Amino acid sequence: MPDFLPAPIIESRVDDPTKDRTMVLNMGPQHPSTHGVLRLVLEIDGETVNRIVPDIGYLHTGIEKTCEAKFYQQVVPLTDRIDYLSPMSNNLCYCLAVEKLLQIEIPPRAQWTRVLLNELTRLASHLVWLGTHAMDIGALTVFLYTFREREEILKIFEMISGQRMMTSYFRIGGLALEPPLDFYSRVQAILRILPEKIDQYSNLLTGNPIFYNRLKGVGHLSAANGIALGVTGPPLRASGVDWDLRRDKPYSSYEKFQFDVPTSTDGDVWARYLVRLLEMRESLKICQQALDGMPDGPIKADAPKVVLPEREKMKTQMEALIFHFKIVTEGFAVPAGEVYQAIESPRGEMGYYVVSDGTAKPYRVHMRNPSFATLQALETMCKGRMLADVVAVIGSIDIVLGEIDR
Amino acid sequence: MTETIDQIFVILKHWLVGHVPTAVEPIVSELLSVVPIILLFPLLFALITVMERKGLGRIQNRYGPNRVGPCGILQPIADGIKTLTKENIVPHSADKVVHLLAPLLLVMATFLGYAVLPVGRNMVAANMDAGVLFFFAVGSMTELSVFMAGWSSRNKYSLLGAMRAIAQMISYEVPLILSSVTVIMAAGTLSTVSIVEQQSGYTGIFPHWFVFTPWGFAGFVLFMIAATAESNRSPFDLPEGESELIAGYYTEYSGFKFALFFLAEYLGMMSISGMAITLFLGGWAAPLSFLTWIPSYLWFFGKLFFFIAGFIWIRGTLPRLRMDQLMNFAWKFMLPMALINLVTAGVWRFMPTGILRWLVCSAMVVAPYVLLGRGFMLGKRLEKRTYRFAD
Repeated sequence: MPDFLPAPIIESRVDDPTKDRTMVLNMGPQHPSTHGVLRLVLEIDGETVNRIVPDIGYLHTGIEKTCEAKFYQQVVPLTDRIDYLSPMSNNLCYCLAVEKLLQIEIPPRAQWTRVLLNELTRLASHLVWLGTHAMDIGALTVFLYTFREREEILKIFEMISGQRMMTSYFRIGGLALEPPLDFYSRVQAILRILPEKIDQYSNLLTGNPIFYNRLKGVGHLSAANGIALGVTGPPLRASGVDWDLRRDKPYSSYEKFQFDVPTSTDGDVWARYLVRLLEMRESLKICQQALDGMPDGPIKADAPKVVLPEREKMKTQMEALIFHFKIVTEGFAVPAGEVYQAIESPRGEMGYYVVSDGTAKPYRVHMRNPSFATLQALETMCKGRMLADVVAVIGSIDIVLGEIDR
Repeated sequence: MTETIDQIFVILKHWLVGHVPTAVEPIVSELLSVVPIILLFPLLFALITVMERKGLGRIQNRYGPNRVGPCGILQPIADGIKTLTKENIVPHSADKVVHLLAPLLLVMATFLGYAVLPVGRNMVAANMDAGVLFFFAVGSMTELSVFMAGWSSRNKYSLLGAMRAIAQMISYEVPLILSSVTVIMAAGTLSTVSIVEQQSGYTGIFPHWFVFTPWGFAGFVLFMIAATAESNRSPFDLPEGESELIAGYYTEYSGFKFALFFLAEYLGMMSISGMAITLFLGGWAAPLSFLTWIPSYLWFFGKLFFFIAGFIWIRGTLPRLRMDQLMNFAWKFMLPMALINLVTAGVWRFMPTGILRWLVCSAMVVAPYVLLGRGFMLGKRLEKRTYRFAD
């Protein structure tokens, strides 16, 4: 074979082709259940899966590299596009990382609003997961039910930031805008309807013997394997590792909220399903606490060199106008250094590693994305199982390809 | 008067046949039986596609088609035009002859089954002595065409889908036929018309349908489960399981050939529902004795729509099984139940009429169901949930 041909992703392990009982199946990048453009190359024997190799890169956008050419505040909209199902988590993580470098204090109201919006994002993201996961198993109806409720949450995002999905609402040093007047009552309305809607999904799926049998015991991942492979978030908690960054490494005043971290020791798809479902209820609790105890105060930090001044001040005060001009045209310098900030995104530990060389543009921004690590565990979970189980497992690890390829 | 309305199509046919020369009379007579079937059931198929899409839409909190014609009722015509004008794509490496023949054969085989379905009193295309046998014989022809489609496409997904389809259809044919054998034992005939006639009496106002006996009820449930699997409907739609195999054995079909597969799926669903009606639900007979004035064919089609609605409801509710679970269910649950049901039907036949017969036969149906159900769930009992909350 000539050298310039790319090597096959899966090579046969049998020398004699007549004795090769396996077939290589290409699944994706255009496949109904690979959640975007994931490509899997499977070696199957009948319906049994021998090997799986994920082939990623079909959604590579070069965001990490692009960040190096932008001012610090211009990176925020880019982070939306990483994990497009939970833009607020990305915004938050990046902002926290840069704020740590700048060592600025964020006012409590901004922090609480960030928590509130993050939990709403978690709910929206988990609703997408639940719908698509059930659809992969074959229950089409749940998908349309969950998207109905997700739409309500997205309407809130649109209300507060002007965008349904690419919100870019968090800014370095606080929030972009004052929340609109009836924002809190709208959130309260959603918090009121969601518990019974979650009961509804649960009624459709949890008690269904077909659904149970499809999920129970499938895609087992032990705690040791999970940690070794770098799996985080709900899949790891479903394997019995009680680790949630919101509680164990609190950020953005998460330490002031009371919530439980659901875990399970089963480590199968069913456990992941239950853990995520319970997590949604916990998120509702956090949202309620954030609404009830929302402190008063400004939404932006008192750091005139970093935070854009208010419109009114800008038009009346000389300094404010100068700061505004300088921030917009030449950004703000961030002290040299490096920082790693991790948060608990809906999919697991999302980390931003930001290196500054003292200029107004980041020297390097690297994202540690939960989906990327979780995808590595796919082969461990699917080996020796059936083809239909691969689909169930992909649904249960809840990957977002934008996050994997960056 | 009611008699005339009931027999209006039969009278019309005889009147028409009376006008042709004696030499061609048998041919014309047959044609007049066949053409309505070929016209009517595809029309019903069109209606059912709208019904299904609108019904699923209602279940799923959306509208369904509502743009073409009043309430979207003309949607199938638009779909038909679309599929007819689409490009017919045949994969380069496909076996072109077999690829073309597969959908044709499938539609033909499903149409043949209608020959023995009595859709009303005296309304059957061919009143054969071995009608039920004929129905199942042509029904198993569909497996051949499904495999032809999967094999000739030269696509791995098609092949996997065809493999699944063959395994599933052959496995479920066994309980399907075994559960209908009980009816044949009780009726003592293989003719579909005679089977319906045996169920046409009434006790008080209640009919003598076979489904109202212990073995008949069990047989009916088994038949319907197997029929769902035979017609590849959810939750047994593994051969075309969208999330796994894209479209299964008809992945590589486009345009009108795809529409033929679609047509055959619905025709198969209707014909097997019609057989269930014939065997267990008294065919064209009215459900209550004072309703016999309604024409018989309306009862048949009413029951048919009832079944179709059930299929749609199930599709909107249930997830899909996995291949091994499907096979386990067929061989470890359905088959033993069908065999025990055969014995029950025999006991029912030879025990004297009375309450004792009911008790014994009900016990013979319920006990294995409970025991097999237990055995089936053994080792995967719904355990206590093991999640816990962090401190």
